[in-house]
Amino acid sequence: MDILNPAFWTFVALIAGIYVIFSLGLYVQFSLAGLPNFGHVAFMAVAAYTMAILVVRYSVSLQVAAALGVAAAVCLGLVLGIPSLRLRADYLAIATVAGGEIVRYLAMNLPGLTGGPLGSIGLLGPGNIASYNQEWQGLLDRLTAALSIPLGRSATRDLAMALLVWALAGTLLVVFWRLERSPWGRVLKAIREDETAATAVGKNVFAFKMQALVLGAVLGALAGLLLAWQIGVFSPDDYQPTLTFYAYLILILGGMNRLWAIPVGAAAFSLLYSGTRFMDFFPLSLINSGSRAFLRLFLVGLLLVLFMALRPEGLLGNRRELLLEK
Amino acid sequence: MLEYLAQLTLNGLITGTILALTGVGASLVFGIQRVANFAHGEYMTFGVYVALVLNVGFRQDLVISAVGAMAATAVLAVGIHFAVLRPLRGRGLVALSLITVGLALMLRHLLFLVAGAGIHQYRIDQTAVFDLRIIRVSPGQAVAMAVTVIVAPVVALFLARTSVGKAMRAVSDNRDLAGISGIDVDRIGAYVWLLAGALAGLGGVMFAVVQGPFDPNLGSQVLFLIFTTVVLGGIGSAYGALVGGIVLGLVMDLSTWSGFAGGLDARFRPVLAFAVLILLLLYRPQGLFGKARVL
Repeated sequence: MDILNPAFWTFVALIAGIYVIFSLGLYVQFSLAGLPNFGHVAFMAVAAYTMAILVVRYSVSLQVAAALGVAAAVCLGLVLGIPSLRLRADYLAIATVAGGEIVRYLAMNLPGLTGGPLGSIGLLGPGNIASYNQEWQGLLDRLTAALSIPLGRSATRDLAMALLVWALAGTLLVVFWRLERSPWGRVLKAIREDETAATAVGKNVFAFKMQALVLGAVLGALAGLLLAWQIGVFSPDDYQPTLTFYAYLILILGGMNRLWAIPVGAAAFSLLYSGTRFMDFFPLSLINSGSRAFLRLFLVGLLLVLFMALRPEGLLGNRRELLLEK
Repeated sequence: MLEYLAQLTLNGLITGTILALTGVGASLVFGIQRVANFAHGEYMTFGVYVALVLNVGFRQDLVISAVGAMAATAVLAVGIHFAVLRPLRGRGLVALSLITVGLALMLRHLLFLVAGAGIHQYRIDQTAVFDLRIIRVSPGQAVAMAVTVIVAPVVALFLARTSVGKAMRAVSDNRDLAGISGIDVDRIGAYVWLLAGALAGLGGVMFAVVQGPFDPNLGSQVLFLIFTTVVLGGIGSAYGALVGGIVLGLVMDLSTWSGFAGGLDARFRPVLAFAVLILLLLYRPQGLFGKARVL
């Protein structure tokens, strides 16, 4: 593919926007409240599956199905959070990644409910091809038509989607930037720094942690819905635990505790992720294109290790405000 | 139906002893490092592929291949300990957990790059079956049984009787106290990684032998079974992990027996293990036998 192809870069920007929303959810949970959620991807999966099942099987309208998808992710947050928020940090990490894997295994092994390994395409049983995003595509078509008045032929569906995603991401970033500076955000940071002290001044630590977890779940669910609409068909394998660690890498790349650095991290990550397909110079040209995906994931791991070891505050972060030392 | 129960018990014991052996190493490492090693599954996969090269590439028999895998994985584990984990000790639980996650991604996809995504298997006849009237044993299971029957008591005796084994358990249980008692904590830490690496390599090869065809995802698929084993036995407790592994293996296989309310669908065995892991972390983080204390 041509490296200067605008369609490709529109797509990269679009995916980066979805990752911004996904990582913002993790930011609220981890950077603000200090909850190391290693199973964030489960919120994506639950929202996408709920939405798709409702649309395909029960012909629910898109808005209602999306709202119920977010509600399902909130329920999962409550189910995971009520018992596990009292755990020590690394136990919470293990428990949440195990919880995320339970969601994925169930999606894989309950074909009657989820379409099994086939994914969303198998929601109507074998032989029928299920599709959940006609209504969304219709919406995008109308938006594209509107865009083509000023832009002419360069208005594409992906461009319309990218603009939508970034409008939402930008709004959410501003909202949460305000929230971080509100009394609510300050309490969360206090809990992150010293739970006992926050309790001593009369804050309900558990309730605040729960709010952070649930807000993160909502953001994860939104990202999951957008991703599902964009890719058009998904399967349990799209919700591997690695996705959660992409979000961690985005937070680290930008700056662990800098909300406005999330888009920077997401852009850097998307460049790295999509850029590897252009690395066809020697010695990398020895690796065939099918294996480049493994190279990408290897690089994700390498960057995680390097940044955590050498620059845990990230590119733009502030070392003084770093919860990782605990 | 009882024959089927006997068969399930055997299968469970085999899986269980493999989990137990690997779990001993993982538990000791958890104890000295104070952080879960998310790359432990990949250490196993590494051993699996070293043995594959020896077994298929150099036509060595399986026992020699397994010994080679143990040595190579032990070196890998100690190397990573000295290069990455020891210099970064004290970085905090989440940071170290993320670092081991990164190491896991690196190792797994390095194996994917080098060995390819295709499935492989050892030179062992997976179709043959030894029919012992009540139960049937595949050659892979027979090899696994023979190895674990020898290795498990050796490991247990090593930990119980030798001074190095005792020191390992002491450091894993309470690092500071062990240091004050005159144990060279750093040296013992390196030994623990040697042992954990060797056992992970062996456990990986045994899993591959029992399971048959495998790909580089093998280790990451059993990682949470290892974690469950470690938590079942009580984190840092070597004997606990030995028992925990066997209990987990038996529970997973026996839960599919139709005598228990129709039995659990075999597909849901991993879900059962994950649920056990979460419940243990919540309600009994000290494990089945551990004493309650602040962890």
